[in-house]
Amino acid sequence: MNTTLDIHSFQEKLDKDYNIEPKDVMPDDYRKHLIRQISQHAHSEVIGMQPEGNWISRAPSLRAKQILLAKIQDEGGHGLYLYSACETLGISRDELIEQLHEGKAKYSNIFNYPSLTWADIGAIGWLVDGAAIVNQVSLQRTSFGPYARAMVRICKEESFHQRQGYEIMATMMNGTKEQREMAQDAMNRWWWPSLMMFGPHDSDSPHSGKAFEWKIKLKSNDELRQKFIDKTVQQAEVIGLTIPDAQLKWNEDKQGYDHGEINWDEFKRVINGNGPCNKQRMDHHKKYHAEGAWVREAAAAYAETISKI
Amino acid sequence: MDTQLALWEVFIQKKSGGDHTHCGSVHASDSAMALQNARDIYTRRNEGSSIWVIPSQFVTASKAEDADMLFDPADDKIYRHPTFYVMPEGAKQI
Repeated sequence: MNTTLDIHSFQEKLDKDYNIEPKDVMPDDYRKHLIRQISQHAHSEVIGMQPEGNWISRAPSLRAKQILLAKIQDEGGHGLYLYSACETLGISRDELIEQLHEGKAKYSNIFNYPSLTWADIGAIGWLVDGAAIVNQVSLQRTSFGPYARAMVRICKEESFHQRQGYEIMATMMNGTKEQREMAQDAMNRWWWPSLMMFGPHDSDSPHSGKAFEWKIKLKSNDELRQKFIDKTVQQAEVIGLTIPDAQLKWNEDKQGYDHGEINWDEFKRVINGNGPCNKQRMDHHKKYHAEGAWVREAAAAYAETISKI
Repeated sequence: MDTQLALWEVFIQKKSGGDHTHCGSVHASDSAMALQNARDIYTRRNEGSSIWVIPSQFVTASKAEDADMLFDPADDKIYRHPTFYVMPEGAKQI
């Protein structure tokens, strides 16, 4: 039970912008909110390896293949940082994976879209990782210490991810007509889902209120989305890509772009399990998790043997 | 007989939210004494906002002679760094 005094000191820490550490007293709902958010973030890193893994064997050069392998390896590492941070809140890795498999925990909706061409690898690095970076930079100052520190590490590593994606897009835009069309097609398919990554509009965001009070969240969905759009439009223009939004327009007053309405019906449809790849992503994760059971069993048996020596 | 008590490694977090960084060790008979000693020895000038102590015997360290084997493989993977990539002229905030 949290005593009034404990809550007071929790609140006092938040007020003074001190971080909350795993052994500090915290309200149950704060803990629950963080477990939900950090585990969703961890699952996203791991599930996000699938659309990119799809292109390892078909990367157009050895250079491209090495880079893609290194990037996917990073995503696995990011998943591990985040699972570990989440476990400090008193939940086990097994429970987290179980929640994913039972559909109780989610992962980022963006990974329910397929990677159809090589240009998609460019678009994922540039747009999807670009959007993730905007969110993660803000989370470096989130109130829970282990989460904040994981974000600092992840942000340092993400910078290469976004640049390799943008380099792919720039290279294709300097290529043949077919390559330019392929890059634009990837742009057209990934732009809107990337904007959806920031979540519903502020007026319609179910988890935001408490998250702001607790300083887990520091910037709103719409603020972060705006930041992403404002920096990405210029990057698209420089390499000759068109943003697939007829209503996109510079707004002098707000010193930012106005954009067209996001298709929230699609967002809801995909998040509720009816996107192009939801089933494929989960089936894949479950299959390989089950196939790896013998490794976990062997490790546990070894640990038990060692403990008896 | 050793009268100096067991060795504990001390990690200090400078300010809230930061990493706990190793700063040295102390002798102590239990964790409470280790914390107290660490506080007295390593935080006399506001160096810390939090202290971790762990018995030194539980630290497993890599061997110096293994350093090449462990860390060399990263040397030729310069593509893990953002500076490896050629950015188009004029592109901003990337």
